[in-house]
Amino acid sequence: MADLTTKIGNLTCKNPVWTASGTFGYGPEYEDFIDISRLGAIVVKGITGKERQGNPYPRMAETPSGMLNAVGLQNKGIDYFVNSIYPEISTYNTHIIVNVNGSTIEEYCEVAEKCDNLEKIEAIELNISCPNVKQGGMIFGTHCPSAIAVTKAVRNVFSKTLIVKLSPNVTNIVEFALAVESCGADSVSLINTLLGMAIDAETRRPALSTVTGGLSGPAIKPVALRMVWQVAKAVKIPVIGMGGIMNATDAIEFFLAGASAIQVGTANFIHPAVTMEILEGINAYLDRNHFKRIDEIIGSLKNFTETDNYV
Amino acid sequence: MKKRIEDLTVIENKSLNSEFFVLKLQAENQLPKIFPGQFVEARVDRCPSTFLRRPLSVYDTDDKKNLLFLLIKIAGEGSKQLSHLKKNEKLNLVYPLGNSFSKPSGKRVLLVGGGTGVAPMLLLGKYLKVELNILPEFLLGYRSARLIIENEKFEALGKVNITTEDGSKGHKGLVIDHPAMQENYDMIYTCGPEVMMKAVARIALKNKTSCEVSLENLMGCGIGACLCCVVDTVDKGNVNTCTEGPVFNIKRLKWQT
Repeated sequence: MADLTTKIGNLTCKNPVWTASGTFGYGPEYEDFIDISRLGAIVVKGITGKERQGNPYPRMAETPSGMLNAVGLQNKGIDYFVNSIYPEISTYNTHIIVNVNGSTIEEYCEVAEKCDNLEKIEAIELNISCPNVKQGGMIFGTHCPSAIAVTKAVRNVFSKTLIVKLSPNVTNIVEFALAVESCGADSVSLINTLLGMAIDAETRRPALSTVTGGLSGPAIKPVALRMVWQVAKAVKIPVIGMGGIMNATDAIEFFLAGASAIQVGTANFIHPAVTMEILEGINAYLDRNHFKRIDEIIGSLKNFTETDNYV
Repeated sequence: MKKRIEDLTVIENKSLNSEFFVLKLQAENQLPKIFPGQFVEARVDRCPSTFLRRPLSVYDTDDKKNLLFLLIKIAGEGSKQLSHLKKNEKLNLVYPLGNSFSKPSGKRVLLVGGGTGVAPMLLLGKYLKVELNILPEFLLGYRSARLIIENEKFEALGKVNITTEDGSKGHKGLVIDHPAMQENYDMIYTCGPEVMMKAVARIALKNKTSCEVSLENLMGCGIGACLCCVVDTVDKGNVNTCTEGPVFNIKRLKWQT
């Protein structure tokens, strides 16, 4: 069995298979299906300063090879997490990463600062890419000066590993990755959902209460792979890849593109034990190809350039 | 009850009429105890146009033979694909999911089902009769006589009132037009189209009768992770239909009544 150890900032994970925020609850939702301690890390559902009710129903639409969601960061706020959820999940023998959100820089900092005081939280994922909230979220992730401002501010109040989750809804994602790297981010994770829309032709109304929502699932995988590859070539910090990973082969493709770890998201909805199959599949792939360490395949496509395709 | 991911074997796929079919499924091992109102999330294989699992009410169970019955309406691509399942093929389920109907405070109970909403009423009627020794009274609404679902199964459990919109069988009209709705009950249970459940809830509230509804909100995961199937409640705001429901007392819901 190959060595799957993965290092992201100061975080050393037993393997590179993580769960993506918003698709895995806080962990207990999946305890019946898998042994949580076998995961490299779990990224919990996005947390804000104050409780949020999220957007009205309907919040979801099925699409070919994917789904749109418009949950809108429904959560009970950081204090509830600290007092009622953290004590239960801090017993997991895996890394717990908090997905940090806010409408303002102050709110992001409040959540990050409170996480800094939690012993078991060794990393946060700064979510500047949620497409489903009117204020904050993606506004920070699609306007480079804002991305810089929020990353700098959070870096000042959070001493442990800082991951910034990037939005794909920009013209040049590399620019954002380089910007947050220069502000002290230890890693970038990408991609969040792609802004999309669905219409019910029979009722002649939008399928989502918010009209637009975030597209996830295999439909976005090629876009995610391309962006991970572009960013991994440009930055020095480790990249965490996600977007439509349904099986071990998908995960391997992200490693080859340059991801040091991957997050499994929407696939958890269809197959609640999919992360274990992906983990076993990665092991089998490395053994079959005689690799001793996962590091040996990470970024092996970085030497290709876009023009190579046309030579 | 611990939730499982399991392949069940199709023993029979029985077409009832142009819209409904029943899947009789065999579990390899001991079937978990399934309470009335609980549901399964079925994976739809070989269907490129669908992506998510389909939440389906449990229609009936046979604990001794480890059989599970699903009543399914052909509504879209996913259910159409499920209707093509053949004997000995497998169906992958995540189950049992959700809460269940609560015990009534007295012996006079009315079970109101509309269309596919009759599915959980059969298991509930069986539970009331066999486990609680309560004779259930059913009020089942259909568009037309040709769409009536296995009436003999309901009649074996208690009195069955039928309404059809075209008057081809039973009382002509909607379930709320039936005289049974005006009688006194200790509890009314209902499942069906939202407009029907809201109308039933209005009557129950007016008559000060306790009433539980089983919601059919769109679901992403069925296990409380995606937060897509929420319903707005009086006490806790948006809650997951899949884990806090699908059964709710109408007093918890912010329905316009």
